Amino acid sequence: MKIYLPRDAAAKALGAESIAAAIQAEATQRGIDITLVRTGTRGMIWLEPLVEVEIDGIRHGFGPMLESDVPALFDDLAAHPRALGPVDELDWMKRQTRLTFARCGVIDPLSLDDYRAHGGLTGLRRALDMTGQQIVDEVKTSGLRGRGGAGFPTGIKWQTVHDADAPQKYIVCNADEGDSGTFADRMIMEGDPFTLIEGMAIAGLGVGATRGYVYLRSEYPDAIAVMTRAVDIARAAGVLGADVLGSGRAFDMEIRTGAGAYVCGEETSLLNSLEGKRGVVRAKPPLPALEGFLGRPTVVNNVISLATVPVIFEKGAQYYADFGLGRSRGTVTLQIAGNVKRGGLFETAFGITLDEAVNDLGGGTATGRPVMAVQVGGPLGAYLPVSKFDAPLGYEELDAKGGLLGHAGLVVFDDQADMLQMARFAMEFCAIESCGKCTPCRIGAVRGVETIDRIAQGDGAAIELLTDLCETMKEGSLCALGGFTPFPVMSALTHFPDAFARQKEAAE
Amino acid sequence: MRTDAAATVAEDQLKTSTDRILSELEGLEGPLLPILHALQAEFGFVPQQAVPLISDRLNLGRAEVAGVISFYHDFRAAPAGRRVIRVCRAEACQSMGGTDLAQRLQDKLGIGWGETTPDGSVTLEAVYCLGLCACAPAVQVDGDLLGRADMDRIETILEGAAQ
Repeated sequence: MKIYLPRDAAAKALGAESIAAAIQAEATQRGIDITLVRTGTRGMIWLEPLVEVEIDGIRHGFGPMLESDVPALFDDLAAHPRALGPVDELDWMKRQTRLTFARCGVIDPLSLDDYRAHGGLTGLRRALDMTGQQIVDEVKTSGLRGRGGAGFPTGIKWQTVHDADAPQKYIVCNADEGDSGTFADRMIMEGDPFTLIEGMAIAGLGVGATRGYVYLRSEYPDAIAVMTRAVDIARAAGVLGADVLGSGRAFDMEIRTGAGAYVCGEETSLLNSLEGKRGVVRAKPPLPALEGFLGRPTVVNNVISLATVPVIFEKGAQYYADFGLGRSRGTVTLQIAGNVKRGGLFETAFGITLDEAVNDLGGGTATGRPVMAVQVGGPLGAYLPVSKFDAPLGYEELDAKGGLLGHAGLVVFDDQADMLQMARFAMEFCAIESCGKCTPCRIGAVRGVETIDRIAQGDGAAIELLTDLCETMKEGSLCALGGFTPFPVMSALTHFPDAFARQKEAAE
Repeated sequence: MRTDAAATVAEDQLKTSTDRILSELEGLEGPLLPILHALQAEFGFVPQQAVPLISDRLNLGRAEVAGVISFYHDFRAAPAGRRVIRVCRAEACQSMGGTDLAQRLQDKLGIGWGETTPDGSVTLEAVYCLGLCACAPAVQVDGDLLGRADMDRIETILEGAAQ
């Protein structure tokens, strides 16, 4: 009997470890021989812990499991109270285009054999037969853009590093996924770590870099453990090292742990942190592509960008580019989170609307109350009201609605949310996490909290001051922390003016 | 870095451990963060006494090393309580009542963010996202993650460990 159960942090947080223990105990007691494979998560977090049992080669799902549901797994499965049917046939799975996450939740994350059997390393082998320029051209053709938030064309960035002349170049993976509502990086690192390793190796071959680093936030201990182990396994198998897959070409990498600073998700402050300095933002230029880690040409890419590279090389750039909308090519990994009935990760071609994501896929709020707002793109993203839900999710399309796609996290709020407090929190968070280098962010965020407090106490005139302050932060900050904090603040003020005015009436 | 009063360790123990950690890690590219993490893993905090040892070996100014330690939220100047509870304060958790949960925890423990109970049993920390946003609110009790956390489950874990 073959049973699958995620070892993903979200599954664990919902009780997967006790389910695993109960399955082992029950099997032992009944004298049934089982193989329990610990996988990543499929991304249907509302069904976790999701047990899968292989029946005639098809994986049937059971979830969300309680310990008391475990004994019935060894009886008539069709009658199991948590039976969901074949997992691949579930609506949530069927409607997706899983390219980057094709293996996540399916394979044992630390089995290189499993990885190979599901198409792994095909892309790297193909890249090994190409020149650096051909590799960069392939990425350009795919239309892949930075999935971390900025949406910069990945191929152009690689070209700059490729063309730079230096004795040492680097690939740095930004795994400092600090945005609330986002967990795609964590999920892929825990569920399919070799795809990130393979993507970084291809990047290294493309631009002529022989060393790579993953800067991984300390808040993700499970991801750190899986990635560290995966790098060791890949090195032992000759995927990494002085002779990548017997090609005579070198690429090796290390996992580095962050230390709890949100601003280190900004690429230049990440590089300073990686060098062992304070995570203070650097002025650009020089671009990291020319003077990055230790002053050398460096590709800094997000986890999902790099983890998508293998499938582009496996299936071909055009195959990937054929998905999408406008200038947003390929797939977007939506993370539907917060106050939502069905939360999780949903990978689909760009172009799906907010309404479909939140109301159809997500099933509305968890509390059952009306949806009031969705914050798209993390703590620096705008709060969008229901009236903007027709917005298709694409970089330019969301920009036109005054939003920011960011890392494609959607945090849903019901009508009980206090939008003035959410605006205040955005400023408070910026004040806590500011690196301190530039004044609009360092001082502005503190003044922002004070100004919103004045509005809360009924000082309507302070609204103009807040608007002006946001303008200053937006125009005058060195990086996106100070520069984008005005998005949640101003969107809350613009779309939910009652939350700011009601306070005034209360005071009068 | 936390603002608790700085703690110290015995000089010979400090020197032996710091020397060992430095010898092991100083060859890395950008070795300072791995060294600080290793010191914290060893002592439960980063002793200020280690600053001159690190700056000598890495050829950095003492102020520079101290500045790096103080920049990052993770590094402590004194040991944490026996249990560490980290509560996510970020938006997704707020949308599911995280603020209320945090307030109840603070009231129950009688401490604020970054503080340790007087008996040294529990340290309460704010964290900004554990990546459990689809099963909010999220809490971490030592190594255990909790999704859809509530007071009952937090208390069960705390009591479970006390037995």
